[in-house]
Amino acid sequence: MPRTPILTVENLGVSIRTEDGLLRVIDDVSMTLATNEVLCVVGESGSGKSVTMLSVMRLLDDRVTEYDGQVMFEDEDLLRLSQRDMQRVRGIGIAMIFQDPMTALNPVYRIGWQIVEQIQAHGRVSDKQANRQVLELLQAVGISDPERRVHEYPHELSGGMRQRVMIALALSCRPRILIADEPTTALDVTIQAQILQLIAELKDETGMSIVLVTHNMGVVAEFADRVQVMYGGRIVEEGSAVDIFDDPQHPYTWGLLASIPRLDLPRPLRLSSITGTPASAGHIAPGCVFAARCPHRFEPCGVQPALSSVSGSAHRAACHLLPERRLELRVLPAAGGQEASS
Amino acid sequence: MIRFILHRTASTIGVLFALSVLVFLIFFAIPGVDPARQLAGRNPTPATLAAVRRTFGLDQPLPTQYWTLMNHLLIHRDLQSYTNRGVKVIPELITATPVTLSLVLGAAVLWVVMSLLIGVISAVQRNSIWDRGLMIFSLVAVAVPVFWFGQVANLLTQSRWHDSPLFQWVPPLGYTPLTSDPVLWFRHLIIPWIVLASLYIGLYARILRSALIEASNQDFIRTARSKGISERRVIVRHLVRTSMGTFVSLFALDFGVLVGGGALLAEVVFDLPGVGRLTYQSLNGLDLPVIMATVLYGGAFIVIMNAAVDVLYARLDPRVRKA
Repeated sequence: MPRTPILTVENLGVSIRTEDGLLRVIDDVSMTLATNEVLCVVGESGSGKSVTMLSVMRLLDDRVTEYDGQVMFEDEDLLRLSQRDMQRVRGIGIAMIFQDPMTALNPVYRIGWQIVEQIQAHGRVSDKQANRQVLELLQAVGISDPERRVHEYPHELSGGMRQRVMIALALSCRPRILIADEPTTALDVTIQAQILQLIAELKDETGMSIVLVTHNMGVVAEFADRVQVMYGGRIVEEGSAVDIFDDPQHPYTWGLLASIPRLDLPRPLRLSSITGTPASAGHIAPGCVFAARCPHRFEPCGVQPALSSVSGSAHRAACHLLPERRLELRVLPAAGGQEASS
Repeated sequence: MIRFILHRTASTIGVLFALSVLVFLIFFAIPGVDPARQLAGRNPTPATLAAVRRTFGLDQPLPTQYWTLMNHLLIHRDLQSYTNRGVKVIPELITATPVTLSLVLGAAVLWVVMSLLIGVISAVQRNSIWDRGLMIFSLVAVAVPVFWFGQVANLLTQSRWHDSPLFQWVPPLGYTPLTSDPVLWFRHLIIPWIVLASLYIGLYARILRSALIEASNQDFIRTARSKGISERRVIVRHLVRTSMGTFVSLFALDFGVLVGGGALLAEVVFDLPGVGRLTYQSLNGLDLPVIMATVLYGGAFIVIMNAAVDVLYARLDPRVRKA
C-alpha cells in the first residue's frame, strides 16, 4: 500500500529509570503508518506493544522515561516536544482508545461532559455547539437514545457502551490517527466484533489511520492491512496481513499462529502453545530476543538479527535462519479460512 | 430524600439517647463522687446533706433522676449547674457556641487550603526536594501537641517577643465577638487558628498526597491526558476531584468533633470561652448538668456531620448515589 506515511517511528528506544537501574523496555522499533491504513501490532502481553503506543502519545512519565530514536508526525518529532506542545497533538492529531473501558472513563463526570471537555480543549466551541456534536458522535458510535445517555455516568453503562463512548471521545476532534490499544480485550466476544466493525466503518468514513494493538490473531486477520509482530520489546516480523498469515517467517510468528484454535480443522488433543515464559520487560538480552524460547535456535542467535527483507519485498523478519531453512522447519496448519476465536 | 432524613433523624435520636444514658451512668459510677457533698458546701452536717439530696432529687431512683435531669435540660431548658449555683446550662452553651464556631471555622479554612496546597504540590512533585520538605513539615505538624504548640506560641507572642514589631499586634488572651469588633476578633483568633490547624494541615496533606498518588495511576487519568487538555486541568478537574473522598469525609467528622467541643485544648490554652473550655471546666468540677449538656451537644454535631458526609459523598461520587 504505497500511500503517504502519516506517522513514522524510527528506531524508537524506551528506557525506564527504576531503583534497580535503567530498564530497556523498547529497543529499535520502527514503524510507518500510511493514511487510511490499519496497522496491527501483535504480540503477547509484555511484548512492548502498549509501551510503544504510549511513547508515541508521550503518555509515559517523563520523569523516569528516556527515549531515543524519533517519532515523526506532521514534520515534528513528538519525542522532542514538551508536554505542553503535546496537548495540541493529543486528541486532535492522534487519539487513543484504551484496553479497559470500565476504568478508562472518569467515574465522577457525566459522559457528555467528558466528551465536551475534549472538544472545547481544541477549539472555541460554544457549549451548545459542543453538546450537539456529542449527540452526533454518540449516534455515530451506535449509542441509542443519546439525549438520555449524555447525562449518565460511566457506571450506568455496560462495558460495550463505555467502549463506544471511548471511541466517540477519541473521534470527537476528528484525529488523523487512532491508536486502539486492545480495545476489545475486556469485552464479551459478541461485543468485540461490533466494536471492531464500528472502528473499521469509522475509519472508512473519516479517512483516518489506525494502529490496532492486539494479541488476537483473528482480529488481525480480519482488519489488518499490515502487521508488525513484537516480542520482548523488539519487532521480530512485519509485512502485509497476507504475508504474515500465509508465509510467516519468524519462529515466534509460527508459534502465535499455531496457538490459534482452528474451527476448520480436526481438533488437536492439546492446543499448541509457545514453550517457556515470555521475555520480561527490561531484560532485553543481547542477541535474538526470542532465542530463549525458540525451538530452532542455533549459534548465530547470540547476535541480534536485523530485520531483513524476505525476497526483496516489504515483508521482513529478524531471524538468522536462512529463508530456505525456515520453509523446511515451519509447521503450519493447512491453509484455509483464517477465522479464529480467542 | 425524605426517607433519608427520617432515617437519619431516628438514628440521631437513638445515638444521643444512648450517649446521654452512658454519660449519666458513668457519672454515678465514678467512685468517691457524691453530688450532694459537692452541692452542700464545705463540711456539711448529715442533715444538710439529706436536705440537699431531697431538693436536688438525688434520693430518687436513678431512672427518675435521669428523667428529671433530661426534662429540665431539654423540655424546660432551665437546668442549672451544680457547681455555679443559679447558672443555667443552656444559655451558657449558647454563649459558648459562637466562640467555638469562630475558632473552628477559621482553623478549618486554613487547614483545608493549606493541606490542599501541600498535598497537591507534594503529589505532583513527588520524590522531589519539595515533596520531601513538605512531608517532613507535615509530620512535624502532626507530631507537635496542640497544648505545647499553643503554650509556646503564647510565650513568644504574649511575653518574649511581644514587644518586637513581629507580634506587637497580638492582643492579650481572650475573645472579642465578631459583631462587636471584627478586627480585634481576627487578631485574637489568628494564632489559635494556626495552632489548631497545624495538626490537621499535616494530617490532611499526607492523606491527600497518598490519595493523589494512588489516583494518578488510574486509567482515567491517562485518558484525561490523552485528550490533550492542559496538565493543570488534568490535575484539578480529574486527579484532585476524584481523590477527595477520604479527605472530605474525614474533614466533616473532624469538623464535627471540634465544633462539638473537641477544640478543648486550644480553647483552654488561649483562654477562649468556647464549648471546649466549658466541657473542660465541667469535667474538672464534675458538674453533671453541664457535662450532660456539652456531651449531647457535641454528640449531636458529630452525628449531624456524619449525615453530611453521606450527602457530600454522594455529591462527590455518583456511584454511591444509588445505594
